[in-house]
Amino acid sequence: MSKRLKAKTKRALVGYLFFSPWIIGFLLFTAYPFFYSLYLSFFKVRFTVSGVESTFVGFEFYKYAFRGDLTFPINFTNTITNIILSTPLIVIFALIVAILLNNKIKFRAFFRLLYFLPVVIISGPVVSELVENNAARIVDPGKYFIYQFFTTLPDRISFPFLYMFDNLVLILWFSGVQILFFLAGLQKISSSIYEAAKIDGANSWIIFWKITLPLIRPFILINTIYTIVDLASFANNSVNTSITQHMFDIDRPYSYSAALSWIYFVAVMAIIGVAFLILRKKD
Amino acid sequence: MRGSFYYKYIKSPSTKLVLYVLLIGIGYAYLYPLLYMITTSIMSVEDLVNPTIRWIPVHPTLSNYKLAWQVLEVSKSLLNSIYLSVVPALIQTFSTAIIAYGLQRFDIPLKRFWLVLVLATFLIPAQTTLVTKYMLFSKLKLVGTPLASFLPALFGQGIKSAIFILLFYNFFQMLPKTFDEAAELDGAGPLRIFWTIMLPLSIPALVTTFIFSLVWYWNETLVSGLILGNSIKTLPIALRDFIWRYAQMFPSTTGSSANRLNEGIRLAATFITILPLLITYLFLQRQFVESLERTGITGE
Repeated sequence: MSKRLKAKTKRALVGYLFFSPWIIGFLLFTAYPFFYSLYLSFFKVRFTVSGVESTFVGFEFYKYAFRGDLTFPINFTNTITNIILSTPLIVIFALIVAILLNNKIKFRAFFRLLYFLPVVIISGPVVSELVENNAARIVDPGKYFIYQFFTTLPDRISFPFLYMFDNLVLILWFSGVQILFFLAGLQKISSSIYEAAKIDGANSWIIFWKITLPLIRPFILINTIYTIVDLASFANNSVNTSITQHMFDIDRPYSYSAALSWIYFVAVMAIIGVAFLILRKKD
Repeated sequence: MRGSFYYKYIKSPSTKLVLYVLLIGIGYAYLYPLLYMITTSIMSVEDLVNPTIRWIPVHPTLSNYKLAWQVLEVSKSLLNSIYLSVVPALIQTFSTAIIAYGLQRFDIPLKRFWLVLVLATFLIPAQTTLVTKYMLFSKLKLVGTPLASFLPALFGQGIKSAIFILLFYNFFQMLPKTFDEAAELDGAGPLRIFWTIMLPLSIPALVTTFIFSLVWYWNETLVSGLILGNSIKTLPIALRDFIWRYAQMFPSTTGSSANRLNEGIRLAATFITILPLLITYLFLQRQFVESLERTGITGE
């Protein structure tokens, strides 16, 4: 008995030995910067010859971010609105494309190749060059009746729709990985379920709502979280400008940036939390 | 893996037509920025200002590419890009494989806790640790050196490492334990089993991790732009600084109108930046697109 126990302990030790690089890396490159930036956001630091002097300032930087800073509230709201509006559009679009691709069609591999292409080439500078030089604006939406129609509505109602038209290409470009995830999920639904439903007289519309959608639900949740994180970390967000711009402020080096980055972190977590509550399995 | 995939058959020709129209329409929307970029980048100044020319240039020219090539310093930044994406991608591939091996194969205590923690790190936006990472690397005197990118990769904290650890974890789960048990009876140690049995069986997962890691490292500009950006310029970072650099090299007071920065030159620079990735993608298309299905990242 004790010999078996010993072998078990030894196995666990070997396992931890293989896993240990992650623990070290996590502590050094993730946990430390993560919590240190939380700490910094409450302190005013001064770098002197003898070392670092820090004085506790409480929520001063957090208050300043919304009451004193002129650009941060705008950058912050823009980025957060972008995430909230783009995520559902990307996920729904990816699901539709995956369902289209899940049919027996010619050139299926070609279309899949095409839709995945942006994942490979997308980067902050490339997207901003394309946007600034009008390459991302596929149609001049102003010419279309439906766009005109939405502009006549009150701002609050029309805003999401106009946003969708203006950012159409970018929404497509962010959905490559999600399409593949959904395709993998759709492939897992066994064909016998569809056949049984068809024999019972269900049409495609009913099959989608009653079979495909419930079975693909876990993938909707994964894709939604992936999309939120992907959009939140993207290099072009205007909130990044605020964070990097204030890093070397003479009177509050690092601290104010750290506070801004924590405001952003809390907001992104809140979005993920809401998405989780909406999409989790309700048993 | 599982043999036949199920695809829905469509019989009615009108549904088929709608389907193809949709697929082609969406495909056009995907390609539009690329097509626009390519045609605009070979337009001369006359073509650019001519409102009647939208797609086909009348006076095609390669001078935009010449200028963009100079400003991007392609010969230097291309090498930097290759170096700063191939090396961390290789490191990340092996480190995440080893980490997942330790986590999946040895029934370690707190296994679920660690797995959840690994996945939790994925949720932290890069911006939250950006400032303090910079402070950490400057304290370690690593700012501006490639090690600032290699070290996190080595310790499983590279770009989207959590996804790759999960991918290997799921992949190893599909490999039967009898292989390593047999090798263990023959007296092979765990490292040997990993090297001679697990790795050769995991080639699909290794390839997937490597190529995704490669493109994500290539395209990353937020963290590397701050920590490496000013001393080692990659192509995307050179593109980020393009306008500024252009103004430096061709001050508008001395430049002729042909040299003034226009969208043709900027899109030529953009196309140069993505061209290496496009070529890689065309060569490795199967690995890219089918990999996610084959490696079972989605869990079984």
